[in-house]
Amino acid sequence: MKPAVRTDSLLARGGRGIPDRYRLFLYALPFLVLVFLFSYLPLYGWIYALYNYRPGYTLSNSPFVGLHWFRSIFANPTQTQEVLRVMRNTLAMSSLGILTSVLPVAFAVLLSEIRTMWFKKTVQILTTLPNFISWVLVYSIAFMMFNVDNGLINKIMIDLGLQDRGINYLATDSHTWLAMILWSTWKGLGWGAIMYIAAITSIDQELYDAAKVDGAGRFRMMWHITLPGIMPTFFVLLLLSIANFINNGMEQYFVFQNAINKDHIEVLDLYVYNTGMLGANFSFATAVSMLKSLVSIALLFFANRMSKWVRGESII
Amino acid sequence: MTSRIRFGDAAFQTLNYLFFAIFTFLCLFPFYYLFINTISSNDLSARGLVTWYPKEIHFDNYMQVLKLKGLSQAALVSLGRTVIGTIACVIGSAFLGFIFTKRKMWGRTFWYRFMMVTMYFNAGIIPWYVIMMKLHMTNNFLAYILPAIVSPFYVILVKTFVESLPEVLQESAEMDGAGTMTVFGRIVLPLIMPIAATIAIFAAVGQWNSFIDTVFLMTDQKYYTLQFVLYKYLNESNSIASIIRSSGGAANVDLSKMQTATSIRTTVSMIVVIPILFVYPFFQRYFVKGIMIGAVKG
Repeated sequence: MKPAVRTDSLLARGGRGIPDRYRLFLYALPFLVLVFLFSYLPLYGWIYALYNYRPGYTLSNSPFVGLHWFRSIFANPTQTQEVLRVMRNTLAMSSLGILTSVLPVAFAVLLSEIRTMWFKKTVQILTTLPNFISWVLVYSIAFMMFNVDNGLINKIMIDLGLQDRGINYLATDSHTWLAMILWSTWKGLGWGAIMYIAAITSIDQELYDAAKVDGAGRFRMMWHITLPGIMPTFFVLLLLSIANFINNGMEQYFVFQNAINKDHIEVLDLYVYNTGMLGANFSFATAVSMLKSLVSIALLFFANRMSKWVRGESII
Repeated sequence: MTSRIRFGDAAFQTLNYLFFAIFTFLCLFPFYYLFINTISSNDLSARGLVTWYPKEIHFDNYMQVLKLKGLSQAALVSLGRTVIGTIACVIGSAFLGFIFTKRKMWGRTFWYRFMMVTMYFNAGIIPWYVIMMKLHMTNNFLAYILPAIVSPFYVILVKTFVESLPEVLQESAEMDGAGTMTVFGRIVLPLIMPIAATIAIFAAVGQWNSFIDTVFLMTDQKYYTLQFVLYKYLNESNSIASIIRSSGGAANVDLSKMQTATSIRTTVSMIVVIPILFVYPFFQRYFVKGIMIGAVKG
């Protein structure tokens, strides 16, 4: 091989004198700048929480109000109530999310009991599919199934005589949380099980053989071998969902929200969007989302501490 | 005793198969239902009369819907952001992941953490929106691309993968005088192809499905994506009505082929989901591999 001519980049040639350690850093720099611009610079936007900012004005034209918005969260009864309602929804959805995180475990354990290979493969492929469609599409499907005019479910219910006319299932505020958790289960169950399925395959087969010799039945083997085998995976994922406890995103709730279910569907991010972007109450919305970010940092540190304590390894 | 166990076993197996059959059906049926509604008589589908199998099959909807104002533009935007965004993301995460394996890099641990933290922490959507506005990322196609170039998760995937390769390969190339870029392009890149493919497929699906960024950042129709247009169609029956009126005189059109709100919704949904349906079965193993490697060091 022809040796020793570095023709790889301008940076390397022009910067012959730059020590390797800085040269490597310079390679990474453009990307780190992107991270800074899109993830760190928005922190500067927190300053809007201290002003009474209206879109269209500049910050210097806006009156400085100090901690007014933070105080109003706690002092203004209507706003307190609003924030409490939104917190309740956020915590409810996240708790339901954590409760249902055992479902993928059950799914994987049960699927591993299926011995017909083609069936198992088909189930695995088809049940992971919904994970890869967008929430808009999920809503589109929900609309096709449940809308009041020509929805499939209404059609079937009326044909069976269980309903005498169409019910608008999407525009109702009863069971909003349940509906949301069912949709996210439909979307995520098969995919969520994949990691556990892999964890099960990596369990030593000899354990099962030994248990069989000792006369253990199917259920005892599931309980004493399969479940302990996938517990570490479950634990890591659980910690991650604790770290993300109040980051339940907004896409799902955004597409499913309407005037009627708003009371129960508005989670933090959605509320911030609705008051900030639609209500043009920028500064208050910023204050709320600041508090949210601070809580989520605290949760992250908590989850990380737990992880270090239990597994001796951090999650970040 | 044994017969009781056998009976319990058989009952369990039956229920188990039944459960998975039902759940699989629930996952698949909605797509089938959408599809048969797009190819059935529009008059029947609007009245909700197409339930289990297509009726009066025709394929006109797909051609007609693409002629709707703004829809082909939206398809172009979606396609553009998927292709460009995916390429940028793969190159970005591959290169950055590779650089982060270099222990000599100045402040490596710090910068790595600097990036990682953004996975768990963000300033909040309103401050983010304000800054995006200041960076002129509103009504700008680049807003779909630039923020997607560095994704911490994919960078971790690459870093873990590169670290699992034998170090000798890079070392011997460096011994022969190859610089960092040459090592990356000639040695590392070909070796990380499996993980790059995984990232590509994840990034592509993510870009195609992305929706909320359009909600925040784009007010100009030029930048609407298919997802966003579909969302609008689902929510604004008025806009659908006007679309139908503008999509050709209803006077002498065959009723079974005239566009209805239902036919537009289902057909656009189908157009949005078809790429996923086609891509997914072939790349399923990449998806699985991606999440497995991520799990090791998640």
